[in-house]
Amino acid sequence: MTTHSLNARRLLCPLPVIRTQDKVKQLQTGDELEVICTDPGVMQDIPAWCRINGHKILSATQVEGEYVIVLRVGSQ
Amino acid sequence: MNKQIKAVSLISGGLDSMLATKAVLEQGIHVEGINFFTGFCVEGHTHAIRKRDSDKPKRNNSLWVAEQLGIKLHIIDVIEEYKNVLINPKHGYGANLNPCLDCKVFMVRKAKQWMEENGFDFIITGEVIGQRPMSQRKATMPIIAAQSGADDRLVRPLCAQNLPETLPEREGWLDREKLFNFSGRSRKPQMALAKHFEIADYAQPAGGCCFLTDESYSKKLVDLWQTRGHKDYELDDIMLLKVGRHLRPNPRFKVIIAREDGEGRFLEGYKKVFTHLYCVSHQGPLALIDGSPTDEDLQLAARLVARYGQGRAAETVEVEIKLLNGAVKKMLVAPFLETEMPQDWFI
Repeated sequence: MTTHSLNARRLLCPLPVIRTQDKVKQLQTGDELEVICTDPGVMQDIPAWCRINGHKILSATQVEGEYVIVLRVGSQ
Repeated sequence: MNKQIKAVSLISGGLDSMLATKAVLEQGIHVEGINFFTGFCVEGHTHAIRKRDSDKPKRNNSLWVAEQLGIKLHIIDVIEEYKNVLINPKHGYGANLNPCLDCKVFMVRKAKQWMEENGFDFIITGEVIGQRPMSQRKATMPIIAAQSGADDRLVRPLCAQNLPETLPEREGWLDREKLFNFSGRSRKPQMALAKHFEIADYAQPAGGCCFLTDESYSKKLVDLWQTRGHKDYELDDIMLLKVGRHLRPNPRFKVIIAREDGEGRFLEGYKKVFTHLYCVSHQGPLALIDGSPTDEDLQLAARLVARYGQGRAAETVEVEIKLLNGAVKKMLVAPFLETEMPQDWFI
């Protein structure tokens, strides 16, 4: 298992979801990905994308105007 | 053992594509959704830049629809490829800068490419004959099928009975009798089918999914192309056209003025790449300057920004301008009076 980070600041949805989707394709099952965003819509959309694609949200937090979502990659 | 037949469905987030997908799922087909991001899509989040729209749902409707249907959704970034569709539409524009027919051909062609790369068998769209004046007419249905290359692997479940049989029907993958014969602009058949499928919640049906159908947005894009002297754009250009008041006093520059806090926060993200200004003596909006203004133009821009701040009634206000080279200018200006601002400055 490895941990990765994705900078999706200043992107408006659905671009953070697209970048997350593209990054996850390069990862292995069990890897963790931290996505850092500024669009509050990601708090709804990235978890929705994870649910329909079989990935697990580990945390979703707001820190000083930024939204940080950590997910674990499911089987692809 | 029979092969599992698989279809890819163009999911816009609206009711029609949701119903079309559901109709095919009901026949035992494995369906996955595809959604293309052109940069012009009207999303809840784009609206949510503005504080006044903060009560609108912030969900992405295509993701939401996929979740309701229990299918995977693949969102594809087509921003670069879409430029050619918008700049050189073979079938022309609609009432504004909407190249709807070319757009549909493009999206079905992209879906076909995805279908082939991923071993799927056919494509689903939520098109209905007569639903849209430009792209969803009896005459355009075969054009889309032919020019996209999808041909008879393109199925429109909601109006399939009004169209020639497709390959999935001929092969027996789909029962034509269980597809539909909707036509025209009425939404009643869709509402009834939604009720039949026990779908109670769905995005506002019919239209409004693309900024290019919006007159005001299209005018701003035309202005962008005219002042640059060529038809091209980057993502930031088209995002900024969605936000703020755009005023062009002359061809050298335009000013983008935030209308409220949400837009101000959004424009903050562009401060490093635009000359920007705001009133320092009174509360007021952030504004960006696009173009190459002279010193006289900067003075004019400062008066414009002052017009939209708390100091609009003051004799003079102080405005700070930060230039792209990092230099900061402060100037005392008289805010424009409403009557002094020519209407043709407003794009």
